[in-house]
Amino acid sequence: MLRQFLEFSIIGIASGGMYVLSALGFVIIFKATRIFNFAMGEMMMLPAFIFLWAMATVGLHWGLALLVAILGGIVIVLILERVVMRRMIGRPVVVLVMVTLGAGSVMRGIAGLIWGHEIVTLPSFIPRDPIFLGDILIPGKLAWSFLAAAVVAGGFVAYYRFSRAGIAIRATASDLVTAEVLGVNVRWVYTLAWMLAGVLAAVAGILAASVNGVSPQLGFVALNVLAVIMLAGMTSVFGVLVAGLFIGWLETIVGAYLSAAWQSFLPYVIVLLVMMVKPSGLFGEERVERI
Amino acid sequence: MTQSTVDPIAPQIAGQPRRTPYFEWTAVAVLGLIALTLPAYASVYVLYMASLVAINSIATVGLNLTVGYAGLLSIGHSAFIGVGAYAAGLSMIHLGTPLFLNVIIGGVAAFLVGLIFGIPSLRIKGVYLAIATLAAQYSLYFIFQQWTSVTGGDRGLSLPPTDLFGMGDTGFYYGVLVIAAILFVAASNLFRTRLGRSFIAVRERDYAAQVLGINVVRAKLLAFGIGAAFAGVSGALTAHFLRLVNPDQFTLLVSVFFLAAVVVGGRASIVGSILGAAFMTLLPELLREILSAMPTQGQTNVAGLLSPLREIIFGLLIIGFLMFEPRGLKGILDRITGRQDRAAESEAD
Repeated sequence: MLRQFLEFSIIGIASGGMYVLSALGFVIIFKATRIFNFAMGEMMMLPAFIFLWAMATVGLHWGLALLVAILGGIVIVLILERVVMRRMIGRPVVVLVMVTLGAGSVMRGIAGLIWGHEIVTLPSFIPRDPIFLGDILIPGKLAWSFLAAAVVAGGFVAYYRFSRAGIAIRATASDLVTAEVLGVNVRWVYTLAWMLAGVLAAVAGILAASVNGVSPQLGFVALNVLAVIMLAGMTSVFGVLVAGLFIGWLETIVGAYLSAAWQSFLPYVIVLLVMMVKPSGLFGEERVERI
Repeated sequence: MTQSTVDPIAPQIAGQPRRTPYFEWTAVAVLGLIALTLPAYASVYVLYMASLVAINSIATVGLNLTVGYAGLLSIGHSAFIGVGAYAAGLSMIHLGTPLFLNVIIGGVAAFLVGLIFGIPSLRIKGVYLAIATLAAQYSLYFIFQQWTSVTGGDRGLSLPPTDLFGMGDTGFYYGVLVIAAILFVAASNLFRTRLGRSFIAVRERDYAAQVLGINVVRAKLLAFGIGAAFAGVSGALTAHFLRLVNPDQFTLLVSVFFLAAVVVGGRASIVGSILGAAFMTLLPELLREILSAMPTQGQTNVAGLLSPLREIIFGLLIIGFLMFEPRGLKGILDRITGRQDRAAESEAD
């Protein structure tokens, strides 16, 4: 009984790794540009398809395919940022939300045109042998993808904390005008934030696809990530780490003990309750508004 | 002579630019005449699409009240449509109520649910609010799907046919037309009242509105409630129209569809909402006609192409309008008819 619970818990936390990655992508864009990117799910889905194409159709080694997929993801994001999103900065929230929803729809349509609507499983490249922690069994795919997510997330957080570029992003996020005056190239920061999010999304998408397969609908996974971000408070990198693992855990436990229908519902109820009490999320900064 | 010259500034202060009323009245009269005589010469298919456009327009106008006028972003609109549809459907099955009563039941039910889900808007704004309304979407969908004993679960409710005035489809079309006309007039008159103006004030700057003595709590809740009530009416009509209510009619994508109709039509415009709803409803049909008219080359199947193409066009339209014509179809219409720019629509959030 307890062993089963522990097993489900570990599986849940492991699947939360993917949430953490894509949630970090959301947060970095939101912090830098104040755009809330509803196209995140599609930014995960397209690289997963590119990965599939590179591995299965072209026949590359999975490492190379990963590289191709991430590069492809960056190119897609750059097009999106340059052509559309940059012109939208400072527009009302309704506009920003709708533009990203529209971009997501276009990306989904393109994927549907090229790859069709069936769910395709990726060729296996992650070891499947289960790993035993004492008595507890962890599926190999999940364990390794969690490890990959942890490495990428760790690398990202370190880059964000300590590199010059990371500091520039944080400076822009906290005060745009001062950052610009002090010589930060704000446009470049916007582009960089989108590119970083693109990389995070690409890795998250490939990890998600390696577990559940890939279809144009893969992007809707990102909607669960919204709950993570709300819970964490939208602007907190640390909060996202905690909340991502928590929501992953919650979903698996709910799925195991109640039913799948509760999975997408319960996280949102918790989020709604948290929002009632603490509108800026558990770890978010209090927003001071100019009147 | 001083009496004959109109003060050039006063109309703009009131937000009502000078215009030639004749053109508008003529346009309304012509369109009304076409709408009234449509059943006499149009095919069943055209009548079907016209009813659908009218039903969708009601929901779009409702969403525009919440999003365009009051500035409260809601991505849960289809859930409110669902509340109206289920309320009307259940009362039709169990009590055998007629269409006009069902419409009121659907509207009131959605209004009350809308008030409840409007509560988060009191504390949170902008994109935070958008995600809180996603919670409405998910929780109501969950109820529709899981409360099997009442809602019928995934299979949903099957309803008896509606026969209005003993005229079948034509009668239903006229019923929808009357309800839609009443609601459109009500919605546009709302913004001549204190309440409607307070929505706009809250959108522009809610703190400032509060300082001016507007009851912001009331305005925000009612903006959600009234928007949801329109959705509920539209849902009740949908239930009668399709004779089927199931959870998959009220997904997130449907909410996005209505948001797109608002954006494409023009935010904060009743006429724009109607144009937007008509455009977004008819576009897929048009696309299907074009695709099926094209010569099919070997294995290309129209159905497989249609849904991704629709997604692409849908997305491009939203992006295109927001980039090049933020005032939507209403803006284009204004330009064609040479109407003065309304005091350029506020882009503040």
